[in-house]
Amino acid sequence: MEIKSMRFKANAAGSLANVVLQGNLKNAKGKFVTKRAEALKDLDDFEGTRDAAVAIRNKVIDNLDLWLERFERKAQETGATVMWAKDGAEVCRLVIEIAQKHGVTKVTKSKSMLSEEAGLNQALEAAGIQPVETDLGEYILQVDNNEPPSHIIAPAVHKSLDDVADLFHKVHGTPRKTEIPALTREAREVLRGHFLSAEMGLSGGNFLVAETGSVALVTNEGNGRMVTTMPKVHVVITGIEKVIPTLEDLSTLMRLLPRSATGQSISNYFSILTGVKQPEEHDGPEHLYFVLVDSGRADVVGTDFHAMLRCIRCGACMNHCPVYQTIGGHAYGWVYPGPMGSVLTPLYAGMENSIDLPHAATLCNQCGVVCPVGIPLPDLLRKLREKQTERGLRPLKERIGLRLWAWVAQRPKLYALGASLGARYLKWLAGDADRIRLLPAAPEWSLGRDFPAPQGKTFRELYAARRNRTGDKP
Amino acid sequence: MARVRVGLFVTCLVDLMRPRIGFAALKLLETAGCEVIAPETQTCCGQPAWNSGDAPGAVALAKKTIAEFEGFDYVVSPSGSCGDHIRTEYPTLLAAEPEWRDRATAMASRTYELTDFLVTVLKVDSVPGDHEGSITYHDSCTGLRSMGIKQQPRALLAKMKGVDLKEMNGCEECCGFGGTFSVKFGEVSAAIAERKCANVLASGAKAVVGGDLGCLLNIEGKLRRMGDESTQVLHVAEVLAGRV
Repeated sequence: MEIKSMRFKANAAGSLANVVLQGNLKNAKGKFVTKRAEALKDLDDFEGTRDAAVAIRNKVIDNLDLWLERFERKAQETGATVMWAKDGAEVCRLVIEIAQKHGVTKVTKSKSMLSEEAGLNQALEAAGIQPVETDLGEYILQVDNNEPPSHIIAPAVHKSLDDVADLFHKVHGTPRKTEIPALTREAREVLRGHFLSAEMGLSGGNFLVAETGSVALVTNEGNGRMVTTMPKVHVVITGIEKVIPTLEDLSTLMRLLPRSATGQSISNYFSILTGVKQPEEHDGPEHLYFVLVDSGRADVVGTDFHAMLRCIRCGACMNHCPVYQTIGGHAYGWVYPGPMGSVLTPLYAGMENSIDLPHAATLCNQCGVVCPVGIPLPDLLRKLREKQTERGLRPLKERIGLRLWAWVAQRPKLYALGASLGARYLKWLAGDADRIRLLPAAPEWSLGRDFPAPQGKTFRELYAARRNRTGDKP
Repeated sequence: MARVRVGLFVTCLVDLMRPRIGFAALKLLETAGCEVIAPETQTCCGQPAWNSGDAPGAVALAKKTIAEFEGFDYVVSPSGSCGDHIRTEYPTLLAAEPEWRDRATAMASRTYELTDFLVTVLKVDSVPGDHEGSITYHDSCTGLRSMGIKQQPRALLAKMKGVDLKEMNGCEECCGFGGTFSVKFGEVSAAIAERKCANVLASGAKAVVGGDLGCLLNIEGKLRRMGDESTQVLHVAEVLAGRV
C-alpha cells in the first residue's frame, strides 16, 4: 500500500475539516468503547486472563523460529503447503504463481490487512486475476475506487449509512436504499455469484496453531466460511508473528480478542481450519497454502520494540485513542492506524516515512490500559521518538531547542532568570486581559484556543520574598 | 513523632504560570503539620526531554532533581504527571547506571502526588479551604492511569461543606494537552479539548477542577475560545487550601 504517513499533519487537518467524517467518528467512538466495557464485565478476571495472554504471546515471539517450524511441520502433515515471503512483493509473486498454477481467474477474499500491506489487489489485477473483497466493509471500499481501510477491524467505519446508500445506488445501478438490512441484502446478492464462481479463496488468519497446523479465523459475516470452504484453492496470508502453541492457548486468547475488538463475548463465526479436504469430507479446499510473511517482523525480534509483536490486531487501542477518535484512520497514512499503527508504520514502512506518527499521541495511556496483550504502547512511542532524535530525523530547530532548554534547566540561576523574564513577557502579551490570543512562540497552540495569562512573577521569586519577610533561612 | 520533612516539587509550569498553586500546596502540607521546603535550585523534572526523545537531557535533569530532593522524608508535587515522572520513569531512565538507579528507586517510593500524599500518608481529616459552589473534576491521564489518582482528590473535596461535585461524562478521557503534543499538533489537540470542554459545560458545574496545570491551561484556553467566560478553572490545591 502506498505510504502517505509523511503527510500526517495535512491529512489530520483534512479529517478535522471533514464534517461528515467527524459525525461518523463520533458515532463509532461511543459504540466501540461502550460495547467493550460491557463485554469485559462477564469476564471473571480480565487482569489474570491478560497476564496469561501476555505469557502465551511472549512464549512464541521469544522463540519465533522454533514455533514457526513446528507450525510448518504440522501444517504439512495435514496436506497444506507452507511458503515464506520476505516482503510484500514476494507475497504478490507467490499468490499470483499459486493462482496461475491452478488456472484461477477470480479470487474471493475475506479480510486480510497483510494483503493491504502487500498491495495484493493491485498486483492480482495487473496479472489479470480479479480480486473480490467479501467482507462487507472491504467490499464497500473496493467498489468505492479501492479506498484504503481506516480501521483494522471495521475498515469502512469512516463511512455513514448515507455514504453507503449513495455508493451502492451508484455502483450497483439499483434504487437507493436506506435500510441497513436492504443494503446488506443487496451486497450479498452481488457477492453470491462471486462466491460460486471464484476458483480461489484468500483469507488472513487471526492465529496459526502450531499444535495442529490450523488457522483460526474470527469473523462476523459468514463470508470467511464461503471464501475458505467453497473454492478448490484456499490461500492463507498472515504475518509470521501470528503463531501460537496450542488450542488451549487459542481458547485463552479468544476470551480477549472479540471482547476487545467488537465487544462480543464471541464473534458470530469462529473457524478453526485444518488441512485439505479429505476423501470422506463434503467441503473444504483441495489445495491449502499458507503464505507466512516477514515484511519487517523478524527485524523487530529482540529490539526495544519486541513487545509489539504480541499484538493480536483487536483495534482496542485505536478505538480508545483520543487522537484516532478525532481524526480517524486515514490520516495515519498507511495500513495500521492509531497507537499500534504509530508504532508499526515506522517499524515496517520506515522511520523516515513516518516522522510525525510517534509524536501524534498525547501519551494518555488509554491504549496501554485496554490492550489485551499488555503492550506498553506509550513507552514504545516514546522510544521511537528517542530513535528519531538519535538518527537526526527530527527538525534541527526542534533538536537544538530541546538541547538548549535542557542545558538551561541544569543551571538553576540561568533558568530562574529565564523563567522570570518568560513570566513577565507572557504577562505583557496578555496586557490587561486574562488570556493571550496568539502565542508567538507557539502559534500551533493558538490555532484553536487561548493561552491563559500568567500571574506575572514566578513561584521562586515569590517564595524567596516570603522567606526574606518571615526571616526563614534560604 | 518528629515533623515530616517534605520537599515540594513545584513543577516548572506552576513556577512560570500559577505560583499560587505552589503556595496552596505549601499551605496544605504545613497545615497538616509538615515541615515543607521548596528547594530553590529546582527547575524541571525532565519529562519534556524524555517524552521528546532527548534521553541525555532527561538523564541529566533526573540526576539533578534526585540530588536536590533525596534528603527529604518525602517528595510531593501538585502534579500527577511530574510526580509520576519522578516516581516511575526515573528508575527506568537511569537503569544503565546502577548507583543512580538505586538512588532513583529509593526516592521513588517516597514520591507522591499532592492529594495522594494528603490522603494516603498524612490521612488528613480536614482541609482549610472554604470554596463554595458546584465543581466537576477532570482526571488527568498520568495521575489517573499511572499513579492511581482518582478517589484521593474526591475524598478531600468531600470534606468541604460548600463543594458540590457534579461528575461530567468522560471525566477520565484525555483533554488533548499531551505536553509538546499541544504545540506540535495544535489543531488536533484543540479538537480533543473541545470534547472535554463540552463535557465540562454539560455538567453544569460552576468550576472545573483538576490536579495538573498543563491540562487546566488547555481546558481554560479552550473554554475561553469557545466563548465561555464564567466557568472557573482551578487546581485542586487552590480549592482545598483556600486563600494563600
